[in-house]
Amino acid sequence: MWNWLKTLYHRLGSPKWFYQITGKWLPWFAMSSLLLLGLGLVLGLAYAPMDYQQGNSFRIMYIHVPAAFLAQSVYMMMAAAGVVLLVWKMKMADVVAQALAPIGAIMTFISLVTGAIWGMPTWGTWWMWDARLTSMLILFFLYLGVMALREALSPQEVAAKACALLAIVGVINIPIIKYSVDWWYTLHQPASIKLTEKPAMPASMYLPLLFMVLGFYALLGWSVLLRARAEVLRREAKSGWVRELLKDK
Amino acid sequence: MRDERLLFDDLSFHLHAGELLQLEGPNGAGKTSLLRLLAGLLPFSEGELFWQGQNINTCRDNFYQSMLFIGHLAGIKAELSPLENLHWFAALEGIKDEALLDKALSQVGLAGYEDQPCHQLSAGQKRRVALARLTITQRSVWLLDEPFTALDKTAVASVENLLIKHSQAGGAVILTSHHALEELPGLKKLTLGEVT
Amino acid sequence: MNQINNEKPAAFCRLTPEAVNSSSLIGVFVAALKREWQLQVRRKGDLINPLVFFALVVVLFPLGVSPTAEILAPVAPGVLWVAALLAVLMSLDALFRPDLQDGSLEQLLVCGYSVAPLSLAKVLVHWLLSCVPLVLLAPLLGIMLYLPWQAQGVLMLSLLLGSLALSLVGAIGAALTTGLGKSGVLMTLLVLPFYMPVLIFGTGAMQAAINGHTALAHLALLAALALVALALSPWAIAAALRIAVSGE
Repeated sequence: MWNWLKTLYHRLGSPKWFYQITGKWLPWFAMSSLLLLGLGLVLGLAYAPMDYQQGNSFRIMYIHVPAAFLAQSVYMMMAAAGVVLLVWKMKMADVVAQALAPIGAIMTFISLVTGAIWGMPTWGTWWMWDARLTSMLILFFLYLGVMALREALSPQEVAAKACALLAIVGVINIPIIKYSVDWWYTLHQPASIKLTEKPAMPASMYLPLLFMVLGFYALLGWSVLLRARAEVLRREAKSGWVRELLKDK
Repeated sequence: MRDERLLFDDLSFHLHAGELLQLEGPNGAGKTSLLRLLAGLLPFSEGELFWQGQNINTCRDNFYQSMLFIGHLAGIKAELSPLENLHWFAALEGIKDEALLDKALSQVGLAGYEDQPCHQLSAGQKRRVALARLTITQRSVWLLDEPFTALDKTAVASVENLLIKHSQAGGAVILTSHHALEELPGLKKLTLGEVT
Repeated sequence: MNQINNEKPAAFCRLTPEAVNSSSLIGVFVAALKREWQLQVRRKGDLINPLVFFALVVVLFPLGVSPTAEILAPVAPGVLWVAALLAVLMSLDALFRPDLQDGSLEQLLVCGYSVAPLSLAKVLVHWLLSCVPLVLLAPLLGIMLYLPWQAQGVLMLSLLLGSLALSLVGAIGAALTTGLGKSGVLMTLLVLPFYMPVLIFGTGAMQAAINGHTALAHLALLAALALVALALSPWAIAAALRIAVSGE
C-alpha cells in the first residue's frame, strides 16, 4: 500500500502521467460532487427544519460554511504544494498551486458574500467587523497577493518559487492573524448576539451540511484537476505527447 | 531550463588548477548563464557540479569561500568611495590592512580617487574598483563575466597579466569576453553554440 | 585616464596581505552593519520621505474629518499607528532594488557567507535610520491629535517594537518584489495581511494606556511578534533574494 502511494506520488510528478491519471479521476469527482451537492441542497433548503432564532435565513449557512472551510483548507494545500516545490523541487506542485489559488480566492469571496447575505437579516447590516468575517477578508487579501505575485514575476520558475515562499510565510502567519483578530474583536465587541455560538443542531440540519461540505470538496477536486490539466497542456505544449494529443482531437 | 527554453545540452568540462578557460560563442549562446550557473546564482534542473571531487551540494560553503565572481554589473555601490567599497570586499576575506587597500587602488590607477563617491567616477573607473579586488583576494577560483568592459588597452593588458599570474600561482579562471585573448599561455576555450 | 601621481604604477599586480585571518561571521556582520550605515546615511531623500509622509497623513486627517478633540482624541491611536505603518511600508519598497541594479545583490549571494545575517544587517540599519525617527516624531503628532498624555509613552514604545516587526516582515515583501519596477501596490498587497496583527496589538496597547490599565500585555505580545520576526524573517528574506536574483 505504501509503495503504491509512493509510486503514485512519483507518477503524478511527471506531467504526462499526471494528465493521464487525473483524466480518469475527473468523471468520478464530477459525479460525486453533483450527487452530494444536489442531495445537500435539496435536504438543506427544503427539508431541514427552520431555526427557531433565525427562521429560514440560516439556510445560507449551507453555502457559507463549506465555502469557509474550503477557503482555509485550500490555502493550506497551496502552502503544502509550495513546500513540495521548494524542498523536493517537483514542478507539478507548482501547477497544482497555480490551479488552487484562484479557486481558493473564489471560495473566500463566496464565503464573504454569503456571510454578508446572512448578516443582513441576522444583524441588520451587510457588513460587520466580526472576528470571522475580518479574518476571511485578510485571507482574501492573502490569496490576491499570491495571484498578483504570480502575474507580476517572470520567468515562470522564479514566479513559482516566489509564490511558494509567500504561501508558506502566509501559513505561518494565519494562526497569528486569527488570534489577534479574535482578541481585537472581543475587545471591541458591542453587546450583541454573537454568531459564534452554535446551538446543538439536530441531525436533519446537520446532515445536509455534511453533504454540502463533502460536495464542495468533490467540486474542488474536479475544478483543481481541470485547471491543473489545462495548465499542464499549456506548459508542455511543445512536447511530443501533447502534440499527439492535440492532433487526435 | 529557463522559461521553457533548453539552455545547455550535453555540456561537460573539467577545470584544473592553473587553467584559464574562456567561454566563447555568439550572443545569446548562454555564456553569462553558464557562468552564473557555476556561481550558484542560476539554479539548474539537470546535471551535476563537482568541486574538488565532491558534489557541490555537500561542500557548498567551501566552494563559495574559495570562489570569486564578478558579474556583468560591477557590484560597486555608487554612494560609497572606492576605498569604502574595497573595505567591504576586504572584510569578506579577513583583510584589515588599510595601507594594502590604498596600494591596491593605486595599482589600478585610482590613486587620488580613493575617497570620492563612486557615482562621480566613469564606467571604466568603476570597473577598476571592482577589479581591484582581484589584486588582494586569496580566493582560488575566479569567475569573471566580461571583465574587460570599459577598460582601455593598457588596462586590458594589465588585467591579462594578472590573470596569467593567478593561474601560474595555481588559481583557476573562467571568463567570458569579447576581446581576443589568444596570446595568453595555457588558455583553453569552450565554445557554446547556437541553440536550435 | 588622468593619473594624479606621475610615476607609472605597477598595474594590477597581486598583493599579498600581511595577515589574513579568516573572518568570522560576526566580523562580517559588523562590517555589513558599517557598510549599510554608510550607504543609507548618504541617501538623505530616502530618510526624509517616511517622516514627511507620516506628518502629512496626520495633518490631513483633522482637515478631512474634524478639528475637535471629541472626535480626534478617540481615534488618535489608530490614526497615528496607521500613518506610521504606511510610512514604514513606503520606506521599504525599494529596499533591495538599488542592490539588484548595481550588482551588489548577486555579490551578496556569492560572498561565501550566509545571506540571512547579512540581509538582517541591512534591515536593522534601515530600521534605525528610518523608523526610529518616526518614533521620535510621533509624540509631537500625538499632541496635534489630542492624544491623552498617559498614552504618549506607550505610543513610542509600541511604535518602536511594532516598527521592528513591520520592517522585518516588510523586507520579505520587498525582497520578493525586488525585480519589479513599479511594484509599490503589489508589495503592499503582499505584506498587509502580516501587518494587521501588529496594528491590532499596537493600538490595543495605546487604548489600554488611555483607559488607565497596564499596556504590558500588549507590549509583550508586540515584543513577541518582533522577536519571532527577528528570528524567522532573515531566512525568508535570503530565500526571496535568491529567487529574485535567479530571475535576472
